[in-house]
Amino acid sequence: MSTLEVANLTVRLPPGGDRAQAVSGVSFGVERGELLCLVGESGSGKTVIAHAIMGLLPKTLALTAGSLRLEGEELTQASAARRRRLRGSRMAMIFQEPMTALNPVMSCGAQIDEVLRAHTRLPQAERRARTAALLGEVALAAELAGAYPHQLSGGQRQRVGIAIALALEPALLIADEPTTALDVTTQAQILRLIVELQRRHGMAVLFVTHDFGVVAEIAQRIAVLRDGRLVEVGAKRDVLERPQHEYTRMLIRAVPTLKPRERAARAEAPVVLATRALSKTYVERGWLRARREVQAASDVTLEVRKGQTLGIVGESGSGKTTLARCIARLIEPTRGEVRVGGVDLARLKRRELRAVRRRVQMVFQDPYRSLNPRRSVGEAIIEGPLNYGVPRSEALSRARRLMELVRLDPAALGRYPHQFSGGQRQRICIARALALEPELLVADEPVSALDVSVQAQVLALLEEIRTRLDLAMLFITHDLRVAAQVCDQLAVMQAGRIVEYGPTARLFAEPQHPYTQALLAAAPGRNFAFATA
Amino acid sequence: MVWRNWSVRIGGAALIALVLLAIAAPWLGTVDPTLFDAASRDLRPGEVGSVTMLDGETVAHRFLMGSDSYGRDIYSRVLYGTRVSFAVGLVAALAALALGIAAGLVAGYIRWADGLLMRVMDGIMAIPAILIAIAVVALWRASLATVIVAIAIPEIPRVTRLVRALVLTIREEPYVEAAVSLGTPTMKIMLGHILPNTVAPLLVQGTYICAFAILLEAILSFLGVGLPPDIPTWGNIMAEGRVQFVAYPHNVFFPGLFLAVTVLAVNMLGDGLRDTLDPKLAEARASAQVLDEHA
Repeated sequence: MSTLEVANLTVRLPPGGDRAQAVSGVSFGVERGELLCLVGESGSGKTVIAHAIMGLLPKTLALTAGSLRLEGEELTQASAARRRRLRGSRMAMIFQEPMTALNPVMSCGAQIDEVLRAHTRLPQAERRARTAALLGEVALAAELAGAYPHQLSGGQRQRVGIAIALALEPALLIADEPTTALDVTTQAQILRLIVELQRRHGMAVLFVTHDFGVVAEIAQRIAVLRDGRLVEVGAKRDVLERPQHEYTRMLIRAVPTLKPRERAARAEAPVVLATRALSKTYVERGWLRARREVQAASDVTLEVRKGQTLGIVGESGSGKTTLARCIARLIEPTRGEVRVGGVDLARLKRRELRAVRRRVQMVFQDPYRSLNPRRSVGEAIIEGPLNYGVPRSEALSRARRLMELVRLDPAALGRYPHQFSGGQRQRICIARALALEPELLVADEPVSALDVSVQAQVLALLEEIRTRLDLAMLFITHDLRVAAQVCDQLAVMQAGRIVEYGPTARLFAEPQHPYTQALLAAAPGRNFAFATA
Repeated sequence: MVWRNWSVRIGGAALIALVLLAIAAPWLGTVDPTLFDAASRDLRPGEVGSVTMLDGETVAHRFLMGSDSYGRDIYSRVLYGTRVSFAVGLVAALAALALGIAAGLVAGYIRWADGLLMRVMDGIMAIPAILIAIAVVALWRASLATVIVAIAIPEIPRVTRLVRALVLTIREEPYVEAAVSLGTPTMKIMLGHILPNTVAPLLVQGTYICAFAILLEAILSFLGVGLPPDIPTWGNIMAEGRVQFVAYPHNVFFPGLFLAVTVLAVNMLGDGLRDTLDPKLAEARASAQVLDEHA
C-alpha cells in the first residue's frame, strides 16, 4: 500500500480562467520512504495538487473528481474533523516563505508546542522535551525555542518549519518549494536536511519545485506537470536522461549548464564602464541609539568593455543590487568613481546627470512591477526618447522597430502591461531600456522571476542584442547556471566586497576564494549535465 | 466589476435617488422653503394647512412632514436642504482632496519638504475638526463658501497623510526607478507615474470625507455656527425643532432620517469601493475564506 495514492484528481477553476481545470485527471503515488518531485512551471497546478491533498483548497477551486488516499484512507470522503486530525499528524506541509509561514508574535518553541497540544495529550514537561528533541533533529540549538521568527535567518526559520511538520511523525511530508526563497548555500543545507530526515523516518515526501537543479539533487522519482496534466512520471534517471515527452525534453534543455560557454576574449575593445573604489555606506541615525553604519558596497573596482558581459554573482545581502543602483546613479555612491565613456557619473550634479543618464539603462528583476500598470507599453517605450527631445512620431517608429527586435508584435504597442505574460513584459522592459540607445545595459536579476523555458528565451534575446548592438552589459544574478551562460567575466560579491574577479571559465574551473568554492559546491544538480538531453 | 458589489449598488442607488430628489425638489409638490403662515403652525405630518405666497395670496397645502413653529413646510425644507448638504459634502471633499493630494505628493516625493509640511499637518490634526470649523466661520461671515472652507481644512491633513504614505510606497516601485533612469523629470514622474496609481485609495477616502463633511455641516448648523438660519439645511431644521422636540418630534425626525440615510449610503459606497478596488483586501478575503472553511 502506497503512503499516498492520487487517482484521477481533477480540480475545477472558476469560470473565466485561462483553462477550465486547474488539475485534470492526475494520478500518481508516493511510497513509504520515497521522495517524489512534482515539477512544473508556474501555473502548472503543482501547488493546487499539494493543497488538494492537505485539504487547503480555497473555496473558488472545487475538487470535482478523483480520489486521494493517505495510507489507504480516502481523504475526499473524510469529514472536516477527520481531515483536520490527519493534517499535522499523518500528513504535514512545509511552505515556501518561511517568514510568513511562522507566526511573528509566537516564539518558535511555542509554535512547535502548539502542534503537540492540538493533537496529543502529552503533559507539559514531555512536550517541552519533545520540542527540544525536534529542534535538535533539524540541527538547531534547543535555546532557539525561545526565539521569535524575526530573530532567525531564513534557513533557521525553514528548519523551524520543518520541525513543526515533523512534530507528530507524519507518514507524508509535502514540501511546497521550501528552498525557493533561500540563498543557494542555505538551500543546499536544507535539501540535505530534508533528505536525511526522510531516510531516518522513512517518510513519503512529495516535493513541489520548479527547479530542475533541485530535482536532480534529491529526487528518487519525478512527476512532470504541464497545464494541470501529468506529462510524465518515472524514476529520476529515466526522466532526466531519457525523457519520453517532448515537453520534458524542452524543460531539461532549457536549464542552463554550469559549464561556461566558450567566448572569444576581446581585450582590445574600448572600456565602457570603469568603477574605482566605489562604496556605498548606509548610515542609520537614531535620537536615542548609537549611529550605525552598513557597508553595502565597499571599494568595488571593475571594468566592462564594449560587447562584453560582466556578471556580478552573490547571495542576498551581498550588495550586488546596491552596486547596480550606484552605477545607474539611482542612488548616490558614498565614495569612488563610476566612469562611463570617460565621464564620472558619481560626481555629476542632478542637472548634468540628466544628459548622461541615457548612456546607462537598467532592466529590473520583477517584470510585473517594473512597468506602470496604468500606461500602455507604447507609452512606456517612448517615454525615454520623448524625455530627450525625440519627436513623438520618430519615437513611435523606433518603438515599433524595438518591438520587432524583442520578438513582439509592434501592433501590441497600445496594450497595457497586464495583457502580457511575465516573459513578454521582460522583453518590453528590454525594449524600453534600448530605446535610449545606451552604451551600458545594467540587468538586475532579469530572469530570476521567470519560468525556466521563458528564462532561456530571454537570455537568448539578451545575448543576441548584446552581439548585434555591441553593447556592454552588467549582469547581476544569484544563479551560477545563468552566469555561466551569459557572462564573459565574473565578479563574486560577499558582504559588499568583490572577493574574486576574473574570466568566467577560469572562475568555474579553478575558484580561488573559499566563498566562490562554497557557491559552486552548493549549486543544486551540479553533478548532472543539463542542456544535453 | 465595481458594480457587482452589493454595497456599491445599494449605496450608489440611494445616493442617485437623493440627488434626483434634490434636483427635482421644485416639481415634487414643494413650496418655497422660506414661506410661512401663522395659521399653519405646528401641524402634524399629513395635515392640510395654508401657505401665504410672496404676493400675499394664501393657498391650501398638504404638509407631508408637518410644519414648524413658524408654519413653514418641513417637507419642502428637507428637500431643499438636500441640495445644501450635497453641495457642501461634494465641494468640501473635492477641495480637501485637491489640497491634500498636492501637499501629500510634495511631502512624499521631495524629502526636504516632508518634515516641514507634515509638522504643519500634525498641528492642524491636533485641533478638533469642529473647533477649527467654528473658528473659521467665526472669523468670516457665515456663508456657503465659508462653511465649505471650514469643513475642508481639518480634512486636508488626513488626505495628505494618506497620499504621502502611498507615494512613499509607489516611489520604491521599479517602474518609478525605471522612469528616473529614463531621465523623466521629477514633476512628470509625480503626475504621470505616481498620481494615477493613488486614485483608487483616494476615491475611497474621498467618500469618507464626503460623509463626514455632510455630518459636520449638519453639526455646525445645529450648533448655530453654520449657515444662517434662513437657509434651509438639515442642521438648521433640527436646531429649530429641538426646543419642541417632545411635543413635535417630526421637526427633528425627518431631517435626521435624511441625514442618516445619506451618510449611510455614502459610507456603504465607500466600503464597497474599498472592497473592490483594494487588491490587498481582496487577497486577505480570499485567504480568510480558506480559514473559514477549515476552522
